[in-house]
Amino acid sequence: MIRALRSFAMFWYDFLIGDDWRIALGVVIALAVTAVLVHAGVPAWWVLPVAVLALLGLSLLGASRRTS
Amino acid sequence: MTAWLLVTAVFLACGVEAVEVLTIILAAGLTRDWRSALTGVVAGLVALAAVVAALGPALLVVPLDVLRLVVGTLLLIFGLQWLRKAILRAAGLKELHDETRIYARQVAAAREASGQRRFAVPDWYAFTLSFKAVVLEGLEVAFIVVTFAANQGSIGLAVLGAAAAVLAVVIAGVAVRAPLARVPENTTKFAVGALLTTFGTFWGGEGAGVRWPGSDAAILVLLAVFVAFSLLAVARLRAVRARSAATSAAPVEAS
Repeated sequence: MIRALRSFAMFWYDFLIGDDWRIALGVVIALAVTAVLVHAGVPAWWVLPVAVLALLGLSLLGASRRTS
Repeated sequence: MTAWLLVTAVFLACGVEAVEVLTIILAAGLTRDWRSALTGVVAGLVALAAVVAALGPALLVVPLDVLRLVVGTLLLIFGLQWLRKAILRAAGLKELHDETRIYARQVAAAREASGQRRFAVPDWYAFTLSFKAVVLEGLEVAFIVVTFAANQGSIGLAVLGAAAAVLAVVIAGVAVRAPLARVPENTTKFAVGALLTTFGTFWGGEGAGVRWPGSDAAILVLLAVFVAFSLLAVARLRAVRARSAATSAAPVEAS
């Protein structure tokens, strides 16, 4: 029973979070920052694209360091 | 234009997952029992259809901004993970997905597993193998189809893209009766990753209250920027890998 629950939890973690949890966390933070800035009246369309490039770049850098 | 990008994303995502499922079904069918393997496929498709039928109408009652925020977040996370893997594979830092080797591994495992009859299914192993492949690989595609359809209000286009991809893979699979090893899987995953990241950014941003400059045209700009960045990342990582290989090879050459 515990093994089944564990497998179920692992499946959803893998499905929703994937290989690098920092990407998932970074996306949530970037969207929260965007929402806060928009509601404060600041044009924030650029936040998400910049965050995407930064998150992808950092994740790739980390993976490349681990491999080499 | 957005509709075409949507169909392309669904077609490619569905196609690449269908190729992976085909490999497993072929291994189960050819080495074990076709009837059990195909029963597993049908049961898996019914399970997926139930998920889509339950999720689809539920998503349509969610306010559009909330839907775009949630869906954008998930698509962005999925897209970045697909893109990350595709870049690492293209740069040689992660092993390429090899359908022929996966097929050989599945065949070896299928030959070793014991046969057991359960619930009128002649070979339970072949059934569960096919069922799991369809559900696990199909769930992400089902999610993409449902969310794209809910966001764009065009379920027909999303289903069309998915159905066309499955049909193409089935026809190719029946024709060659072997894993579709020549499908450029990593390039396809790269394209899907870039498209999911683009739509995730666009919809997630709209859900958070952003009004994009140029409205829908921003999708094309985002796509171009993400593809260019990813190609540069592949080139950079390849160069770093080559330099690191040369450095580690140098002492060997000297001795």
